[in-house]
Amino acid sequence: MNTASNVSIRLEQCARTYEDGTRALEATDLTIQAGETVVFLGPSGCGKTTTLRLIAGLDEPDEGGKVWFGKEDVTAVPIERRNVGMVFQSYALFPNMSVEENVAYGLRVRKVPFDKRSKRVHESLEMMHISDLAKRRIDQLSGGQRQRVALARAIAPRPRVLLLDEPLTALDAKLRESLRVEINRLLRSLEITTVYVTHDQGEAMALGDRIAVMDRGRIAQIGTPEEIYRSPANAFVADFIGTMNRIFGQVASGLLVFPGGSVPWNGPTPTAGLMFRPEDLKIAVPGSGNLTAQVVTAFFLGDHVRLVLDTGAEGLVIARISERRNFVKGETLEFTLDPQTLVSLED
Amino acid sequence: MARNVRERVQLAALMAPAAILFAAFFLLPLAQLVVIGGSGKLGWSAYLAVFTETRYLKSFGATIALSAGVTFFTLIVSGVTGVFLERNRFRGRAFLTALLTLPLAFPGVVIGSMVIMLAGRQGLVPDFTDFFFGERLVFAYSMAGLFVGYVYFSIPRTILTVMAAAEKLDPRLEEAARSLGAGPFMVVRDVILPALKPAFLAAGAICFATSMGAFGTAFTLATRINVVPMVIYTEFTLQANVAMAAALSFVLGGITWAALAFARSLSGSSVAASG
Amino acid sequence: MQASIKQSRRAPFFWMQLALTLTVCAFLILPVLMSMTAGVTLNYMTGVSGGITTRWVEKVLTDYRGPILLSLQLAIACLACTLLLGIPAAYVLAKHQNAFTRAIEELLVMPVAVPGIATALALIVTYGSSGSFRTSWLFILVGHVLFTLPFMVRSVLAVMSSIDLKTLEEGARSLGANFTQRFFGIILPNCSSGIIAGSLMVVTLSLGEFNMTLLLHTPLTQTLPVGLADTYASLRLEVGSAYTLVFFVIIVPLLIAMQWASNAISRRERI
Repeated sequence: MNTASNVSIRLEQCARTYEDGTRALEATDLTIQAGETVVFLGPSGCGKTTTLRLIAGLDEPDEGGKVWFGKEDVTAVPIERRNVGMVFQSYALFPNMSVEENVAYGLRVRKVPFDKRSKRVHESLEMMHISDLAKRRIDQLSGGQRQRVALARAIAPRPRVLLLDEPLTALDAKLRESLRVEINRLLRSLEITTVYVTHDQGEAMALGDRIAVMDRGRIAQIGTPEEIYRSPANAFVADFIGTMNRIFGQVASGLLVFPGGSVPWNGPTPTAGLMFRPEDLKIAVPGSGNLTAQVVTAFFLGDHVRLVLDTGAEGLVIARISERRNFVKGETLEFTLDPQTLVSLED
Repeated sequence: MARNVRERVQLAALMAPAAILFAAFFLLPLAQLVVIGGSGKLGWSAYLAVFTETRYLKSFGATIALSAGVTFFTLIVSGVTGVFLERNRFRGRAFLTALLTLPLAFPGVVIGSMVIMLAGRQGLVPDFTDFFFGERLVFAYSMAGLFVGYVYFSIPRTILTVMAAAEKLDPRLEEAARSLGAGPFMVVRDVILPALKPAFLAAGAICFATSMGAFGTAFTLATRINVVPMVIYTEFTLQANVAMAAALSFVLGGITWAALAFARSLSGSSVAASG
Repeated sequence: MQASIKQSRRAPFFWMQLALTLTVCAFLILPVLMSMTAGVTLNYMTGVSGGITTRWVEKVLTDYRGPILLSLQLAIACLACTLLLGIPAAYVLAKHQNAFTRAIEELLVMPVAVPGIATALALIVTYGSSGSFRTSWLFILVGHVLFTLPFMVRSVLAVMSSIDLKTLEEGARSLGANFTQRFFGIILPNCSSGIIAGSLMVVTLSLGEFNMTLLLHTPLTQTLPVGLADTYASLRLEVGSAYTLVFFVIIVPLLIAMQWASNAISRRERI
């Protein structure tokens, strides 16, 4: 598959308001580099699918918004002529056609001659490992197989942009995981500009070069998976990705004092609280820790234990402990919290 | 947005042919009919005459009574049969269901002819009664014959609606009732019948409307029968009293339309209706 | 959903209901069979034992050839019209559900709600004086199309509503298909079951339509059902029965095909 045709995407002041007045997307600016995979992540209603549909050309942005593919202003270009490849949540495979015919459809519509068409169809089927399903009818396929057909169909016409709308949501957990790996491999090998929409943070982290976390029609933060995870911009992002522990404390003589303990602290009192991740808490040798808490529950999850702790503060704290030991409900434990891992949250 | 406008125009173009047909050949003529109804000897009071003149009143009364009777009887028969067929699986079930719904599209003429076959002068029932009671009971050419004919085309229609509704019955409700101690009769009375009520009402309304407007059967069973569609026919063809025929048609149409609108409000779209 | 009430096969309740069902079936089917046999008996009074003959059927086929052929012609023309008018209309109704389209649906159903004679009367008072149109078979065709169109629309609309039309179209659009390509390549093939069921319904209804046709016809444009009523009124019972037999032979296969088609649809929807 060649990469010459992939293109950058730029949204300029794109907003979307529905006929009944609901504001699905606030005015947004976004640039996606050619060949990059950006994941739109967020809860339902956050505007991620709306944004995808604007990029696709299924909907138009409100007055003043512009969509650019490379140097071309495609705002007024409908999806039929935008040359995008799209995978829908429900796959949208044509029941009246076989797998082969589905995959060939985009090429047939563009009047690609028969030889070239069959070659491309064959390539796409190979890439998705479904060559043996070519003649099957759609209703004979399993969920995972349909997903692959949808992907093969989208990439066969060599689109310049690939758009995926929650493609794995309809599948069970195990299938999701294995397909996630395949999609990752596919995207890496195609090097095509990709926009991927999901509410699953695991998928986002695995597939995205960058993740745009969305909340109520706005991009709350955009960055690499690591940036988002380690330095969330605000409480929403921190909570949406991974598990967030949030503490509020007072600064006094170089220490940040909070229920359960204290850490050395140089800055002012963080008004919106501080965040740390469950894995940032380590069990300390009694006497050397800086946080004390009582065990509320311990969940044994195979490769780690998820401890729910009561520090005396309002909320509970979650710790991720990989050491092999038993925990007793009500037990008091000491932990070490590294102040370097604390992230100050703004609202 | 230009795209939206283009879409709207496209949709309008798709709908246009049907819309034009309707406007020209249905709406316009109906409007004309209203006007004609008020332009005869009696003027607009022709519409009132429908309700005041005895013979029209009598025929409306007879038609309504007949339709109501047919509806009531049919609902009972279809109710029992339909629920039975839907909830029991036995060999030959599909065949019986097919047989019961086959007469769905028979025209009134054919049904009338079959009533004659059953109860006309040389019919099966008269033969039967002659054999057992020494007298030939010929009732094809009366209201009784009409009743039988109407039941004949009403049963297939209502059975389909009842079966469709019976299919949607939630077995968990019945299980809950039984777990609380209800016997079969109580389950039928307290769980099944209330759940089927909307379907019965809808099927009943359709049955009523169809019987009100049925014509072919009455026509075949000939002239002594005094139902509204026949009166309309005779007013038009034999008396050339177009205005009265129009006025009667309108009132009849109003009644049937109202009944069907009521049925639709209960069930969405369901079973067919025909002549 | 199947009820979980297990009525023992031996329960009297079951047998009683079965008996009722069988009686009803007999009530519906026996006259049909009687009618069909009567059409081939030499003399109705003597029944089958008096001899079987095809002379009545032959008489019908010769004397009433015109009406029979006209009915077939009308049915086919009616089908063509309802396909051309109804499928696009169903598409519009499937894509948009607002007050306007609901009004259109109500409107479409009206010729079914209003008694046939009323519709026919309305047509006559409006177009009765238009000479050649009034006396042509097209006049009857109009009535038939008005009456059968809602059935086609409803049937196609039902299937269109059950497939995810919007997503399928967006899928096709994302691959570059314009409206014509989508309509004929994706939408129509996926509605085929509704189109077939609707077609069978339209043809069956048109063949059997009497109420409107009785008023709309002229001696030169007599249809099968009208001819049928005629024979019952004026000729021997055997001739009428033979005519009914001819009608049954035409229509029963259609009815069976219709049932089979609607079973196929509901089976598909259950998947």
